Amino acid sequence: MQSEVMFAGFGGQGILLSAKILAYAAMEEGMEVAWVPSYGPEMRGGTAYCTVVVSDKPIGSPVIRNPLHLVAMNRPSLEKFAPVVKPNGVILINSSLISIVSGRNDVDELIVPVNDIATKLGNVRSANIVALSAFVARSKIVDFDILRESVKKEFSKKAKLIPLNMEAVKAGEEAGKPKG
Amino acid sequence: MGKVLMKGNEAIGEAAIRAGCLNYFAYPITPQSEVAEYLSRRMPEVGGVFLQGESEVAVSYMIFGAAAAGARVFTTSSSPGISLMSEGVSYITAAQCPAVFVNIMRGGPGLGGILPSQADYLQATKGIGHGGCRLLVMAPAGVQEAVEMVMMAFPLAEKYRNPVIILGDGLIGQMMEPVEFPDSLGSEPSNKDDWATTGMDTRKSTKRNLVRSLFLDPKQLNENNLVLKAKYERMKEEEIRYEKYNTDSDYKVLIVSYGTMSRVCKTAIDQLKEEGLEVGLIRPQTLFPFPEIAVRKTAEKDSCKAVISIEMSMGQMVEDVQMSIQGKLPVSWYGKCGGDIPTPEEVIDAVKGLNV
Repeated sequence: MQSEVMFAGFGGQGILLSAKILAYAAMEEGMEVAWVPSYGPEMRGGTAYCTVVVSDKPIGSPVIRNPLHLVAMNRPSLEKFAPVVKPNGVILINSSLISIVSGRNDVDELIVPVNDIATKLGNVRSANIVALSAFVARSKIVDFDILRESVKKEFSKKAKLIPLNMEAVKAGEEAGKPKG
Repeated sequence: MGKVLMKGNEAIGEAAIRAGCLNYFAYPITPQSEVAEYLSRRMPEVGGVFLQGESEVAVSYMIFGAAAAGARVFTTSSSPGISLMSEGVSYITAAQCPAVFVNIMRGGPGLGGILPSQADYLQATKGIGHGGCRLLVMAPAGVQEAVEMVMMAFPLAEKYRNPVIILGDGLIGQMMEPVEFPDSLGSEPSNKDDWATTGMDTRKSTKRNLVRSLFLDPKQLNENNLVLKAKYERMKEEEIRYEKYNTDSDYKVLIVSYGTMSRVCKTAIDQLKEEGLEVGLIRPQTLFPFPEIAVRKTAEKDSCKAVISIEMSMGQMVEDVQMSIQGKLPVSWYGKCGGDIPTPEEVIDAVKGLNV
C-alpha cells in the first residue's frame, strides 16, 4: 500500500519542513519513504511544493503526478493541484488564505483556518505544523503519537520552540479530527 | 546506527567521510551544491579539508596532487563542471592515481537545466577525457545506493589506481530517503607504498615512486597504454554490476534503464503486469563496464520480442544496448531530456507502442 502527500504553498510557509517531519515520522513507523522537493528555478515568494511518498514496499517512481492527498497552504496551490488528486484522498485547504474550495466531490475536503489558529497560539509561523497535524489526524497516514514525537525531535535543537509547536500539534489534531 | 533521513547530496558527503576520505576539493554548482555546503561544515569536524577551487579546472589538479600523494580524495560537480575537469581527469588516469568523482547531472548540452537528467552517459562512459582514458562508472537509483556506491568507489579506485565516477541525476541529489551507513572504512589507500609520492623516509620500500603522465618514448607510452587497457579489461571481468526486475516472468519486452529512470520503469512494469503485459527490466549499476553479456542473455529469453532503452537523455545508453543485443532483436529508445522525468504512464505508452 502506497500513499502520496503533496504539500504546496508559498516559499517561506514551511512546506519543506512539514513534509520532512511527515517523512521522518513514517520512517520511524518502519515505512519506506521518499521526500521529493520541487527545486526548479523558483524565486523567493514563489511556489514551493514537496511530495512525500509512504509505502510498505520499496518505492518505485518517487515522482508523483497524481498524489493521494494534498495540503494546500495557498490559493494557487489549490487551483493547480486539486484537479490531480486521486479520488478518496484528503485535500486540506488553508481557509485563512484560500477563499474557494476544491470543487471535488470525490475527496475528503478538510477546511482549516490554519494561519488564524497559529496566530491565536502566538506565532503564525507554526501554521505549517497546525496544517500537518490536522492532515495527519484526518488521513491517519502515520500514528499521531509518532508524529508528535517527530515534531518534538525536529525542534530539539531549538527547545524554546517546542511548547509552541506542541500547542500547534494539539490545535491541528483538534481541527483535523473527523466530525460527528 | 539506525536509519537516518537524509538528502542525497548530504548523504554522499557523509559517505565519503565514512569511507575515510578527508580531502574534498570542489566548486559549487546546482544541483549538487549541498555536498559542498555539508562538507564545508563536516570536514573541519573530522579533521579533514574542504577547499573551494577557483574553478573546476583547478579542482581537478588539486585532486591530482592529493591523489599522487596517496591521500583519499574526491570531488563533486555537475555537467559543465565535469567538462572543465576533464583535462585533469585524463592526466590522473594516465598517471594511474585513484580518485573519486561524482557528477549530479544537468540536462542537455551547454549550461543545461538543473532538473533531473541523464545527459552525460556518453561523456562518462566513452569520453570523460582525451587520450582514450576510461573511468569506472557507477549509477545509483536511490540515496541508500548512492551512499553504498560512494563507499565502494574509494577501494575500487585504489584497486585499479584509476578514477571512479558516480553518475547521478538531480533527483538522487535533492531527494531525502532513509539511509543506513555501512561500517566505516580505514582512512588510507592500502597499497599506496607501491606508488604514492609520500617521501622515502616514511616508506618501508627503498624504490623511488614517480607519478607521471608524460612518456616521450613511443615504446614507453604504448606500454603505459597497454597497462591502462589491461585495467579496463579487468574491470569488465570483475566489476560489472546490475539488477533485474520481473525477469522471472515470460516478459515480451525488456527495458534497459538506470538511475531514477529505472524506478519509474519499475512502477510502469507493475502497472503493465496488472493489465496482463509482462515486461522485464535490467538496470545497469555499472555503466562502464556495461553489463553487455547480461543484457544479451536477458534478451535471449524466447518470450522476449523487443528491447527498449529508457533514459533521461535523447538516446545515449541505447548505443551500448544495441551493441549488446548484436542485432538479434529490435532495439528502440524512449526518453526525455528537459528535466521533466517521464511518468510511468509515458513509459507504459512507449512500451505499448512497440506493438509486441
